[in-house]
Amino acid sequence: MKEFKVIEVKRSILEDNDADAAKLREELKAQGTFLLNLMSSPGAGKTTMLKRVISMLGDELKIGIMEADIDSDVDAQAIAEAGARSIQLHTGGMCHLDAAMTRQGILEFGAEDLDLVVLENVGNLVCPAEFDTGACRNAMILSVPEGDDKPLKYPLMFSVCDVVLINKIDVLPYFDFDMEKCKEYIQMRNPKAKIIPISARTGEGFMEWTQWLREEAAAWTK
Amino acid sequence: MHELGVVFHVIKMVEEVARENDLTQVESVTLELGEVSGVIDSYLENCWNWAVKKQEKLLREADLIIETIPAVTYCEDCQNLYGTIEHGKICPRCKSPHTYLQQGNEFRIKEISAC
Repeated sequence: MKEFKVIEVKRSILEDNDADAAKLREELKAQGTFLLNLMSSPGAGKTTMLKRVISMLGDELKIGIMEADIDSDVDAQAIAEAGARSIQLHTGGMCHLDAAMTRQGILEFGAEDLDLVVLENVGNLVCPAEFDTGACRNAMILSVPEGDDKPLKYPLMFSVCDVVLINKIDVLPYFDFDMEKCKEYIQMRNPKAKIIPISARTGEGFMEWTQWLREEAAAWTK
Repeated sequence: MHELGVVFHVIKMVEEVARENDLTQVESVTLELGEVSGVIDSYLENCWNWAVKKQEKLLREADLIIETIPAVTYCEDCQNLYGTIEHGKICPRCKSPHTYLQQGNEFRIKEISAC
Protein backbone atom coordinates (compact mmCIF):
# COMPACT_ATOMS: atom_id res chain seq x y z
CA MET A 1 0.00 0.00 0.00
CA LYS A 2 1.47 3.32 -1.05
CA GLU A 3 1.48 6.15 1.42
CA PHE A 4 0.41 9.34 -0.29
CA LYS A 5 1.07 12.63 1.43
CA VAL A 6 -0.38 16.03 0.67
CA ILE A 7 2.05 18.74 -0.33
CA GLU A 8 0.80 22.30 -0.21
CA VAL A 9 1.84 24.17 -3.35
CA LYS A 10 -0.22 27.40 -3.52
CA ARG A 11 1.37 28.63 -6.71
CA SER A 12 -0.25 30.45 -9.57
CA ILE A 13 -0.10 28.46 -12.83
CA LEU A 14 1.12 31.46 -14.77
CA GLU A 15 3.82 32.32 -12.22
CA ASP A 16 6.47 30.49 -14.26
CA ASN A 17 5.39 32.24 -17.42
CA ASP A 18 5.46 35.62 -15.68
CA ALA A 19 8.99 34.91 -14.43
CA ASP A 20 10.08 33.80 -17.92
CA ALA A 21 8.58 36.95 -19.38
CA ALA A 22 10.38 39.22 -16.90
CA LYS A 23 13.67 37.48 -17.70
CA LEU A 24 13.15 37.88 -21.44
CA ARG A 25 12.51 41.61 -20.96
CA GLU A 26 15.81 41.93 -19.09
CA GLU A 27 17.66 40.15 -21.90
CA LEU A 28 16.03 42.39 -24.51
CA LYS A 29 16.98 45.45 -22.50
CA ALA A 30 20.59 44.24 -22.30
CA GLN A 31 20.85 43.64 -26.04
CA GLY A 32 19.03 46.88 -26.92
CA THR A 33 16.05 45.41 -28.74
CA PHE A 34 12.53 46.80 -28.33
CA LEU A 35 9.95 44.02 -28.65
CA LEU A 36 6.36 45.00 -29.35
CA ASN A 37 3.60 42.42 -28.91
CA LEU A 38 0.94 43.15 -31.52
CA MET A 39 -2.49 41.60 -31.09
CA SER A 40 -5.73 41.77 -33.08
CA SER A 41 -8.51 39.79 -34.69
CA PRO A 42 -7.71 38.20 -38.04
CA GLY A 43 -8.15 40.77 -40.78
CA ALA A 44 -7.73 43.89 -38.64
CA GLY A 45 -4.81 44.96 -40.82
CA LYS A 46 -1.65 43.95 -38.96
CA THR A 47 0.40 43.23 -42.07
CA THR A 48 -0.70 46.31 -44.03
CA MET A 49 0.02 48.48 -40.99
CA LEU A 50 3.48 46.92 -40.54
CA LYS A 51 4.40 47.40 -44.20
CA ARG A 52 3.74 51.12 -43.85
CA VAL A 53 5.71 51.32 -40.58
CA ILE A 54 8.65 49.56 -42.23
CA SER A 55 8.62 52.01 -45.14
CA MET A 56 8.51 54.98 -42.74
CA LEU A 57 10.99 53.82 -40.08
CA GLY A 58 13.14 51.39 -42.06
CA ASP A 59 15.92 53.95 -42.63
CA GLU A 60 16.36 54.81 -38.95
CA LEU A 61 15.61 51.48 -37.18
CA LYS A 62 16.55 47.92 -38.02
CA ILE A 63 13.18 46.16 -37.95
CA GLY A 64 12.26 42.49 -37.67
CA ILE A 65 8.85 40.82 -37.69
CA MET A 66 8.02 37.53 -35.93
CA GLU A 67 4.82 36.00 -37.25
CA ALA A 68 2.84 33.65 -35.07
CA ASP A 69 -0.22 33.11 -37.17
CA ILE A 70 -0.73 29.48 -38.02
CA ASP A 71 0.08 29.78 -41.70
CA SER A 72 1.24 33.10 -43.00
CA ASP A 73 3.77 32.63 -45.79
CA VAL A 74 1.90 35.31 -47.69
CA ASP A 75 2.50 37.77 -44.86
CA ALA A 76 6.18 36.84 -44.61
CA GLN A 77 6.63 37.54 -48.30
CA ALA A 78 4.85 40.90 -48.06
CA ILE A 79 7.09 41.89 -45.13
CA ALA A 80 10.25 40.85 -47.01
CA GLU A 81 9.18 42.93 -49.99
CA ALA A 82 8.67 45.92 -47.70
CA GLY A 83 12.30 45.56 -46.62
CA ALA A 84 12.36 43.94 -43.17
CA ARG A 85 13.48 40.57 -41.91
CA SER A 86 10.82 38.16 -40.80
CA ILE A 87 10.53 34.76 -39.19
CA GLN A 88 7.63 32.35 -38.85
CA LEU A 89 7.08 31.01 -35.33
CA HIS A 90 5.68 27.57 -34.81
CA THR A 91 2.85 27.69 -32.33
CA GLY A 92 1.79 24.12 -33.05
CA GLY A 93 -1.79 25.26 -33.51
CA MET A 94 -1.87 26.94 -30.09
CA CYS A 95 -4.21 29.86 -29.59
CA HIS A 96 -1.59 32.13 -28.02
CA LEU A 97 2.14 32.63 -27.50
CA ASP A 98 3.79 32.38 -24.12
CA ALA A 99 7.14 33.73 -22.98
CA ALA A 100 9.04 30.48 -23.66
CA MET A 101 7.84 30.36 -27.28
CA THR A 102 8.69 34.03 -27.73
CA ARG A 103 12.22 33.54 -26.38
CA GLN A 104 12.75 30.61 -28.74
CA GLY A 105 11.63 32.82 -31.62
CA ILE A 106 13.98 35.64 -30.59
CA LEU A 107 16.90 33.19 -30.38
CA GLU A 108 16.17 31.60 -33.77
CA PHE A 109 15.72 35.01 -35.28
CA GLY A 110 19.11 36.23 -34.10
CA ALA A 111 17.59 39.56 -33.05
CA GLU A 112 20.73 41.03 -31.40
CA ASP A 113 21.30 43.55 -34.16
CA LEU A 114 17.64 44.58 -34.45
CA ASP A 115 16.28 47.77 -32.84
CA LEU A 116 12.58 47.00 -33.18
CA VAL A 117 10.99 43.56 -33.31
CA VAL A 118 7.25 43.21 -33.73
CA LEU A 119 5.66 39.99 -32.57
CA GLU A 120 2.51 39.39 -34.61
CA ASN A 121 0.58 37.35 -32.07
CA VAL A 122 -2.09 34.79 -33.02
CA GLY A 123 -5.17 36.52 -34.46
CA ASN A 124 -7.55 36.29 -31.52
CA LEU A 125 -8.77 38.78 -28.89
CA VAL A 126 -9.02 36.32 -26.00
CA CYS A 127 -6.07 34.03 -25.33
CA PRO A 128 -3.09 36.24 -26.25
CA ALA A 129 -4.21 38.71 -23.56
CA GLU A 130 -3.83 36.11 -20.82
CA PHE A 131 -0.13 35.36 -21.34
CA ASP A 132 2.74 37.77 -20.85
CA THR A 133 5.02 37.18 -23.86
CA GLY A 134 7.97 39.07 -22.41
CA ALA A 135 7.45 41.95 -24.85
CA CYS A 136 8.41 45.47 -23.76
CA ARG A 137 5.02 46.95 -24.74
CA ASN A 138 1.64 45.58 -25.83
CA ALA A 139 -0.32 46.97 -28.75
CA MET A 140 -3.52 45.95 -30.42
CA ILE A 141 -5.38 46.88 -33.57
CA LEU A 142 -9.13 47.22 -33.59
CA SER A 143 -10.55 47.89 -37.03
CA VAL A 144 -13.68 49.93 -37.75
CA PRO A 145 -15.68 47.06 -39.35
CA GLU A 146 -15.32 45.03 -36.12
CA GLY A 147 -17.49 47.52 -34.24
CA ASP A 148 -17.10 50.07 -31.44
CA ASP A 149 -18.39 47.65 -28.79
CA LYS A 150 -15.34 45.36 -28.82
CA PRO A 151 -13.77 46.88 -25.67
CA LEU A 152 -16.91 45.78 -23.82
CA LYS A 153 -16.76 42.26 -25.21
CA TYR A 154 -13.03 41.64 -24.78
CA PRO A 155 -12.18 43.73 -21.70
CA LEU A 156 -8.96 41.91 -20.78
CA MET A 157 -7.41 42.51 -24.21
CA PHE A 158 -8.02 46.24 -23.92
CA SER A 159 -6.83 46.39 -20.32
CA VAL A 160 -3.38 44.89 -21.06
CA CYS A 161 -2.54 47.19 -24.00
CA ASP A 162 -0.29 50.25 -23.81
CA VAL A 163 -1.54 51.45 -27.17
CA VAL A 164 -4.73 50.74 -29.13
CA LEU A 165 -4.74 51.50 -32.85
CA ILE A 166 -8.15 52.00 -34.42
CA ASN A 167 -7.53 51.05 -38.04
CA LYS A 168 -9.46 51.50 -41.29
CA ILE A 169 -10.77 54.96 -40.37
CA ASP A 170 -11.00 55.63 -44.13
CA VAL A 171 -14.17 53.50 -44.17
CA LEU A 172 -15.81 55.22 -41.17
CA PRO A 173 -18.58 56.81 -43.30
CA TYR A 174 -19.85 53.35 -44.25
CA PHE A 175 -20.12 51.87 -40.77
CA ASP A 176 -22.11 52.65 -37.63
CA PHE A 177 -18.90 53.05 -35.68
CA ASP A 178 -18.99 55.70 -32.97
CA MET A 179 -15.36 56.79 -32.44
CA GLU A 180 -16.07 58.73 -29.24
CA LYS A 181 -18.04 55.84 -27.72
CA CYS A 182 -15.26 53.44 -28.63
CA LYS A 183 -12.62 55.65 -26.96
CA GLU A 184 -14.83 55.93 -23.89
CA TYR A 185 -15.21 52.13 -23.69
CA ILE A 186 -11.45 51.67 -23.99
CA GLN A 187 -10.77 54.28 -21.30
CA MET A 188 -13.27 52.62 -18.99
CA ARG A 189 -11.14 49.46 -19.13
CA ASN A 190 -7.78 51.11 -19.31
CA PRO A 191 -7.40 54.82 -18.57
CA LYS A 192 -3.67 54.67 -19.43
CA ALA A 193 -4.06 53.28 -22.95
CA LYS A 194 -2.95 55.55 -25.76
CA ILE A 195 -5.51 55.51 -28.57
CA ILE A 196 -4.43 56.34 -32.12
CA PRO A 197 -6.92 56.26 -35.02
CA ILE A 198 -5.13 55.25 -38.23
CA SER A 199 -5.69 54.12 -41.78
CA ALA A 200 -3.07 51.67 -42.96
CA ARG A 201 -4.41 52.18 -46.49
CA THR A 202 -4.17 55.98 -46.69
CA GLY A 203 -1.48 56.56 -44.06
CA GLU A 204 -3.62 58.81 -41.88
CA GLY A 205 -2.49 58.83 -38.22
CA PHE A 206 0.89 57.26 -39.03
CA MET A 207 2.92 60.33 -38.03
CA GLU A 208 1.61 59.94 -34.47
CA TRP A 209 1.90 56.14 -34.48
CA THR A 210 5.48 56.01 -35.79
CA GLN A 211 6.43 58.80 -33.36
CA TRP A 212 5.11 56.66 -30.48
CA LEU A 213 7.18 53.70 -31.71
CA ARG A 214 10.27 55.85 -32.19
CA GLU A 215 10.03 57.30 -28.67
CA GLU A 216 9.23 54.02 -26.93
CA ALA A 217 12.04 52.19 -28.74
CA ALA A 218 14.51 54.99 -27.92
CA ALA A 219 13.48 55.03 -24.25
CA TRP A 220 13.82 51.24 -24.03
CA THR A 221 17.22 50.95 -25.68
CA LYS A 222 18.72 54.00 -23.96
CA MET B 1 -10.09 28.59 -24.65
CA HIS B 2 -6.51 27.55 -24.13
CA GLU B 3 -7.02 24.66 -21.72
CA LEU B 4 -4.52 22.35 -23.38
CA GLY B 5 -1.82 25.00 -23.22
CA VAL B 6 -2.36 25.62 -19.52
CA VAL B 7 -2.45 21.88 -18.78
CA PHE B 8 1.18 21.76 -19.97
CA HIS B 9 1.99 24.64 -17.62
CA VAL B 10 0.40 22.69 -14.74
CA ILE B 11 2.32 19.53 -15.64
CA LYS B 12 5.60 21.45 -15.77
CA MET B 13 4.94 22.97 -12.36
CA VAL B 14 3.99 19.62 -10.78
CA GLU B 15 7.18 18.10 -12.19
CA GLU B 16 9.18 20.83 -10.49
CA VAL B 17 7.46 20.27 -7.16
CA ALA B 18 8.09 16.53 -7.56
CA ARG B 19 11.81 17.10 -8.13
CA GLU B 20 12.08 19.39 -5.11
CA ASN B 21 10.34 16.82 -2.89
CA ASP B 22 11.73 13.59 -4.38
CA LEU B 23 8.30 12.31 -5.38
CA THR B 24 7.84 9.35 -7.70
CA GLN B 25 4.08 9.13 -8.12
CA VAL B 26 1.35 11.73 -8.03
CA GLU B 27 -2.10 10.57 -6.97
CA SER B 28 -3.93 13.86 -7.49
CA VAL B 29 -3.45 17.54 -8.23
CA THR B 30 -5.86 20.05 -6.69
CA LEU B 31 -6.41 23.31 -8.55
CA GLU B 32 -8.17 26.44 -7.38
CA LEU B 33 -10.01 27.89 -10.33
CA GLY B 34 -11.82 31.23 -10.30
CA GLU B 35 -15.21 31.45 -12.00
CA VAL B 36 -13.95 34.16 -14.37
CA SER B 37 -10.43 32.81 -14.90
CA GLY B 38 -11.36 32.07 -18.51
CA VAL B 39 -10.70 28.36 -18.05
CA ILE B 40 -13.59 25.92 -18.41
CA ASP B 41 -13.30 23.08 -15.87
CA SER B 42 -14.80 20.32 -18.02
CA TYR B 43 -12.46 21.15 -20.94
CA LEU B 44 -9.57 21.31 -18.52
CA GLU B 45 -10.39 17.82 -17.22
CA ASN B 46 -10.58 16.40 -20.74
CA CYS B 47 -7.25 17.92 -21.69
CA TRP B 48 -5.72 16.73 -18.42
CA ASN B 49 -6.89 13.14 -18.90
CA TRP B 50 -5.45 13.09 -22.40
CA ALA B 51 -2.15 14.77 -21.48
CA VAL B 52 -1.24 12.71 -18.39
CA LYS B 53 -1.52 9.46 -20.37
CA LYS B 54 1.44 10.69 -22.44
CA GLN B 55 3.54 11.39 -19.34
CA GLU B 56 6.06 9.33 -17.43
CA LYS B 57 5.06 7.22 -14.45
CA LEU B 58 5.11 10.25 -12.15
CA LEU B 59 1.87 11.67 -13.55
CA ARG B 60 0.24 8.90 -15.57
CA GLU B 61 -2.34 8.00 -12.92
CA ALA B 62 -2.85 11.49 -11.51
CA ASP B 63 -6.40 12.75 -11.02
CA LEU B 64 -7.31 16.38 -11.38
CA ILE B 65 -9.42 17.91 -8.61
CA ILE B 66 -10.90 21.35 -9.24
CA GLU B 67 -12.10 23.67 -6.48
CA THR B 68 -14.12 26.60 -7.80
CA ILE B 69 -13.67 30.09 -6.37
CA PRO B 70 -16.74 32.30 -6.86
CA ALA B 71 -16.24 35.61 -8.70
CA VAL B 72 -16.95 38.65 -6.52
CA THR B 73 -16.76 42.29 -7.60
CA TYR B 74 -16.32 45.27 -5.26
CA CYS B 75 -17.94 48.65 -5.89
CA GLU B 76 -15.67 51.57 -4.92
CA ASP B 77 -18.58 54.01 -4.79
CA CYS B 78 -21.01 52.20 -2.48
CA GLN B 79 -18.71 49.51 -1.00
CA ASN B 80 -21.07 46.82 -2.24
CA LEU B 81 -19.86 43.28 -2.90
CA TYR B 82 -21.78 41.44 -5.58
CA GLY B 83 -21.63 38.36 -7.84
CA THR B 84 -19.64 39.13 -10.99
CA ILE B 85 -21.30 36.44 -13.11
CA GLU B 86 -24.81 37.80 -12.50
CA HIS B 87 -24.08 41.53 -12.69
CA GLY B 88 -20.80 42.09 -14.55
CA LYS B 89 -18.89 45.36 -14.38
CA ILE B 90 -21.74 47.68 -13.33
CA CYS B 91 -22.76 47.73 -9.64
CA PRO B 92 -26.36 46.49 -9.37
CA ARG B 93 -27.03 48.69 -6.30
CA CYS B 94 -25.73 52.12 -7.32
CA LYS B 95 -25.12 51.53 -11.07
CA SER B 96 -21.52 52.73 -10.75
CA PRO B 97 -18.89 51.47 -13.24
CA HIS B 98 -16.10 52.06 -10.68
CA THR B 99 -15.75 48.47 -9.67
CA TYR B 100 -12.99 45.90 -9.58
CA LEU B 101 -12.81 42.14 -9.34
CA GLN B 102 -12.02 41.13 -5.78
CA GLN B 103 -11.70 37.42 -6.42
CA GLY B 104 -12.53 34.96 -9.18
CA ASN B 105 -9.65 35.07 -11.67
CA GLU B 106 -7.47 32.66 -9.67
CA PHE B 107 -5.79 29.79 -11.41
CA ARG B 108 -3.36 28.09 -9.10
CA ILE B 109 -2.23 24.74 -7.82
CA LYS B 110 -3.43 24.38 -4.25
CA GLU B 111 -1.80 21.08 -3.38
CA ILE B 112 -0.76 17.72 -4.71
CA SER B 113 -1.09 14.30 -3.17
CA ALA B 114 1.92 12.14 -3.96
CA CYS B 115 4.50 9.70 -2.70
